[in-house]
Amino acid sequence: MSETHHDCCAHHGHHHELVIENLTVSYRRVLALENVSLATSCGNRVALIGPNGAGKSTLLKAIAGLVPRDGGSIRWRGTAVKKWSREFAYLPQREEVDWSFPITVRGLVEMGRYPQTGWWRKFSAADTAAVDRALDSLALMDLQNRQIRELSGGQQQRAFLARALAQEAHVLLLDEPFTGLDRNASLLLGDLLAKLAHEGRLVIASHHDLNTVPRLFDEALVLATRPLAFGPVAEILTPELIDRTFHEPVVPA
Amino acid sequence: MDFELLTNPFYQRALATAGFIGFANGFFSGFVVLRRNALSVSALSHTMLPGIALGIFLTGALSQWNAFLGAMFAALLVGLGSVAVARGNRVEQGTALAVLYTAAFAAGIALLPKLDTRQELEHWLFGDIIAVGNTDIWIAFGIGAFTLLITNLLMRPILLTLFEPNVAAAQGVPVRSIQYLIFGLLVLALVSSLQAVGCVLSVGLLVTPAATVSLLTDRTSALFWGGGLIGGGGSIVAVLLSGKFGIAPGPAIVIVLGLLFIAAYLFSPKYGLLAPRR
Repeated sequence: MSETHHDCCAHHGHHHELVIENLTVSYRRVLALENVSLATSCGNRVALIGPNGAGKSTLLKAIAGLVPRDGGSIRWRGTAVKKWSREFAYLPQREEVDWSFPITVRGLVEMGRYPQTGWWRKFSAADTAAVDRALDSLALMDLQNRQIRELSGGQQQRAFLARALAQEAHVLLLDEPFTGLDRNASLLLGDLLAKLAHEGRLVIASHHDLNTVPRLFDEALVLATRPLAFGPVAEILTPELIDRTFHEPVVPA
Repeated sequence: MDFELLTNPFYQRALATAGFIGFANGFFSGFVVLRRNALSVSALSHTMLPGIALGIFLTGALSQWNAFLGAMFAALLVGLGSVAVARGNRVEQGTALAVLYTAAFAAGIALLPKLDTRQELEHWLFGDIIAVGNTDIWIAFGIGAFTLLITNLLMRPILLTLFEPNVAAAQGVPVRSIQYLIFGLLVLALVSSLQAVGCVLSVGLLVTPAATVSLLTDRTSALFWGGGLIGGGGSIVAVLLSGKFGIAPGPAIVIVLGLLFIAAYLFSPKYGLLAPRR
């Protein structure tokens, strides 16, 4: 990885904070998230853990502005995020993507520039350079002309990460990024997320494999519609909490 | 080739209309293929028949405008109705569409004997491009130009939405509005092809061209422009051939496009049945 254009903590020593307060989301009168709060800053990798239906995906979507909030606030770098922010990138679960869509890897990464170019402006040299940089840093240069279905699972995940980098996103919101990856691809993606965080991005990912949380993440939010615990992984993942979260039936609010 | 035929003004108009409608519909077929909703296009096309019948029934006369407006109204009603029903979360949208369009089609069939213009209605079922007047050409041209203009202006948000609506919304694209826009343009495109191929065959023009291109390329933009070229070129060739062999031009257009698709399916260098295994 060469130079990045991040003015984030890794380079300037100050931390950009993401502060979520009392976030509440419901689907058709069913509560999906209730009073979720957390405060973290760039350079961190945050795991969202909890049983199925705990609201992990909903929280990612709420931060990305994909589902309306009933209440609560999201602040990034001290500014309230009303609906969406160009500095946030959402990466869907792999099975939600139509991989037969006729688009090349490069075309997919170029889509990341659209918030900068707007709906009409042609790609400038700077846009092309950003796309090249993103492809390069995720080792996708040689695959740039492949149709996206012709990639392995790990490469597909990297293609979406490259799209987020082309967008110059600071906050990466990943829905179950490790699901369905083989061991090697999983290790590679883990290293990659560590590198991206080290460069000053904030990585937030839903994750269901508790065993790998300490290796892959710095902080964890344990969710069951309501937040049960948030903090550094080493402090949070106590046997009692895991037992309470995963082995007792979750009482609906 | 029968050159005398080419100097006939009816025939010239037919060729111009076929080329233009074919191009506009072929271009738009790219979106239908990307959106994977060829079946709902088929449902909407059948909805146009009761719309036309209703238009005639209400106004008592069969004119282009009555037919176009009736067809558009019915397609919008059934299409948006299915979306509304599906929002209730109990009935899936495809199911709702099937229920509504067959009900509308049945109502149209029930209404037909009450009309004294049954004969001409056949033109709307299967098209009658040789009979196009100058008004028809201008309607087709206007709709086609409008569709091309809007889709080209909004190509980026449309593609983002079609590829992955969630990621698009996270990039600030007004996904819901774009989806309604695509639907509205789809109905317009369907209506514009009525005169050429009729409501039953309009699906062929609005699906086949880009389906053919999708077998030949991985480039998204090629789907639209290639679809337009195949749709326009195929339609012109079909009208020429139909004059030569004495078959109706509407079916000829859809047959030619279908043959091109089969050729691509067999011989595409990358995805064809006869392509070398990699």
